[in-house]
Amino acid sequence: MRHIISLLMENEAGALSRVSGLFSARGYNIESLSVAPTEDPSLSRMTIVTSGSEDVIEQIIKQLNKLIEVIKVIDLNDGEHIEREMMLVKVKAGEAEREEAKRMADIFRGRIIDVSDQSYTIELTGTVAKLDAFLAAIDRSWILETVRTGASGIGRGNRMLRI
Amino acid sequence: MELTGAEIVLRCLQEEGVEHVFGYPGGAVLFIYDEFFKQDKVKHILTRHEQGAVHAADGYSRSTKKVGVALVTSGPGATNAVTGIATAYMDSIPMVIISGQVPTPAIGLDAFQEVDTVGITRPCVKHNFLVKDVKDIASTLKKAFYLASSGRPGPVLVDIPKDITQHKTEFVYPESVSLRSYNPVTKGHPGQIRRALQLMLEARRPMVYTGGGVILSDAAGELTEFVEMMNFPCTNTLMGLGGFPATDGHFLGMLGMHGTFEANMAMQECDVLIAIGARFDDRVIGNPEHFYNPSRKIIHIDIDPSSISKRVRVDIPIVGNVRDVLQDMLKMLSSSREHCNPAELESWWKQIEEWKSRDCLKYDRGSAIIKPQMVVEKLYDVTEGDAFVTSDVGQHQMWAAQFYKFDKPRRWINSGGLGTMGFGLPAAMGVQMANPGAKVACVTGEGSIQMCIQELSTCKQYHLPVKIIALNNRYLGMVRQWQEFFHGNRYSESYMDALPDFVKLAEAYGHVGMRIEKPEDVEGALREAFALKERLVFMDFITDQTENVFPMVPGGKGLNEMILV
Ligand SMILES: Cc1cc2nc3c(=O)[nH]c(=O)nc-3n(C[C@H](O)[C@H](O)[C@H](O)COP(=O)(O)OP(=O)(O)OC[C@H]3O[C@@H](n4cnc5c(N)ncnc54)[C@H](O)[C@@H]3O)c2cc1C
Ligand SMILES: Cc1ncc(C[n+]2csc(CCOP(=O)(O)OP(=O)(O)O)c2C)c(N)n1
Ligand SMILES: [Mg+2]
Repeated sequence: MRHIISLLMENEAGALSRVSGLFSARGYNIESLSVAPTEDPSLSRMTIVTSGSEDVIEQIIKQLNKLIEVIKVIDLNDGEHIEREMMLVKVKAGEAEREEAKRMADIFRGRIIDVSDQSYTIELTGTVAKLDAFLAAIDRSWILETVRTGASGIGRGNRMLRI
Repeated sequence: MELTGAEIVLRCLQEEGVEHVFGYPGGAVLFIYDEFFKQDKVKHILTRHEQGAVHAADGYSRSTKKVGVALVTSGPGATNAVTGIATAYMDSIPMVIISGQVPTPAIGLDAFQEVDTVGITRPCVKHNFLVKDVKDIASTLKKAFYLASSGRPGPVLVDIPKDITQHKTEFVYPESVSLRSYNPVTKGHPGQIRRALQLMLEARRPMVYTGGGVILSDAAGELTEFVEMMNFPCTNTLMGLGGFPATDGHFLGMLGMHGTFEANMAMQECDVLIAIGARFDDRVIGNPEHFYNPSRKIIHIDIDPSSISKRVRVDIPIVGNVRDVLQDMLKMLSSSREHCNPAELESWWKQIEEWKSRDCLKYDRGSAIIKPQMVVEKLYDVTEGDAFVTSDVGQHQMWAAQFYKFDKPRRWINSGGLGTMGFGLPAAMGVQMANPGAKVACVTGEGSIQMCIQELSTCKQYHLPVKIIALNNRYLGMVRQWQEFFHGNRYSESYMDALPDFVKLAEAYGHVGMRIEKPEDVEGALREAFALKERLVFMDFITDQTENVFPMVPGGKGLNEMILV
């Protein structure tokens, strides 16, 4: 099953490679991994989307906790949570495509953030599934370029990951 | 007063009470070596290869519980050290390895003798550091010693660029460390301990299975008391030997791939398994699917949560330091009135005795060719069971484990997890260095000994009177055994041809060499060798080439599917 794992770790050089090294060394899947410092610059927060049996997920969490620089790990799937990913997608937007591209962006609540005579760049935010749906909905040959941030996640309400 | 980085390194070692550092110099660590020259508190032992240095520091640590320390230069020094580091990592041995690095401005430029040491060692250390500022040396080394020796121990590497060892700063050694991201537990959860005791007291066929964690946490005394009090059978992993006295009637011998019939059967058939500081390794339980037994409940005490339910689901996990948990258990037990049902226990012991009577370790004692098992038995007799025994990897290692009855912890020193040929001799040097005057034997094979043979020279220089017991079968015996059993007797590249004359070789290094070819000479030769208290003796025992290690659980099989003699 797909799991979103969130963790806080020391914002130190090399910490990221310990996490990514762990996943490759132990053969765990990574669907996406995103990381950035938090409001406290000494901390980084990482979101890893992975998949595996319950036993594998349990091991992943234990192994992550074992890394010296990792402070806290949670499996967002253990409770209510929100997931968001951002995608920038550059689509063909000549005479023929313009209107339809705009319409699709609107349907998915995207924003057009750059325009040229031949293309639109659309910014979309949502769950990974929603972004996938957008890509599936639009004519494949229109897509010129995509870039995605990977998912980030956060617990709902009082569920918090902090030290 | 400001000190240079190199001076600070030495001061840190002194603060940590380090007496011996095993190492090998080179460009990137020249300033550190200069400081060694200027002081005499920390003794440096010059090995003949960095692998030897790390194994020696490892053996030093295994025999004493102190943190072993090794020092190597950048580039090839560091890569040579990797096998030693990985060996220590797999067996959770506390060590600090200091490696030199090219100067900070040269990092990343493919400088002379530059490798990404932190990157290369990352998967085989508990943690590692690259020191980027002279101000960080002291705090980093403090952390390194703390991390190496606390929680589940392991090697920690500190990579120090050459320029950092020249820079100057005020020296302050931190009194203590605390890391917000690292808080190893010690005490077990009392509720879990109580549940575990309840389950044990209800057991009809209990079994205690213990491993390296008992040795690492110095809990042999508590374990022995616990087993005696409960009257439970006990088995040890290869890494756990000596954690429970082998001559005690509750001991069933080692378990696993080359474990005894009785230990493996009891492991398979028990209804309550108490696993203590052991990690259900594939060489121990074989195939987890075959090992699975729905009527067996498992209690697992381990300091590392990731060891629990990794290969085998457990019913009652207890995360904690073995010693603390056993002490708590003993306290609860002595205040409890409950006991196991003695009649049930008695019939379980009867079953075990029946398995024991299979005499699974029997071998031909009347053989006209030296049987390797017999050499180990004689070694046990001659050393009165009181030697430190290091070993290499192969059949000889298994025979040493099966036939030397270890009654004390930290006496059996071998590479279990990585299975590193070449470990035995350098490890023995470390053991001898830490225990001057003790009897130290290295049981090895003619294949393994050649992997770090250069250390004979180190032994000469530092007067380390190790006794090398080579069980020379002219084969990479363990490989040959697998080829015989599983590859249709095709002995592909497992024959050791063109062997050196080990007697002359030993003599060339300034030691005593002996070749022993007849069974009746074995004991006398051993006595003669151990009487030479000041000398290293290389004993080349010409043993039966065709002997195999039994019992054997073939790969992918279950513990009750042993091949027996
Ligand atoms: C040729 C060959 C054959 C082998 N055959 C066998 C065999 O037949 N039988 C066998 O048993 N092994 C065998 N091995 C060894 C095997 O590969 C493993 O190394 C070994 O079984 C692991 O032992 P262990 O489970 O005690 O774990 P260790 O590697 O010793 O791990 C120790 C465990 O204790 C925990 N621990 C550490 N410190 C503490 C503490 N303070 N408190 C609580 N827990 C702690 C750790 O987290 C870890 O889970 C063989 C090796 C070789 C090379
Ligand atoms: C460095 C290394 N290389 C290869 C192996 C694989 N291996 C395991 S046992 C063995 C044979 C060891 O031969 P020897 O030292 O003569 O011991 P014997 O089995 O004959 O007692 C080999 C090659 C290993 N364990 N370590
Ligand atoms: Mg051999």
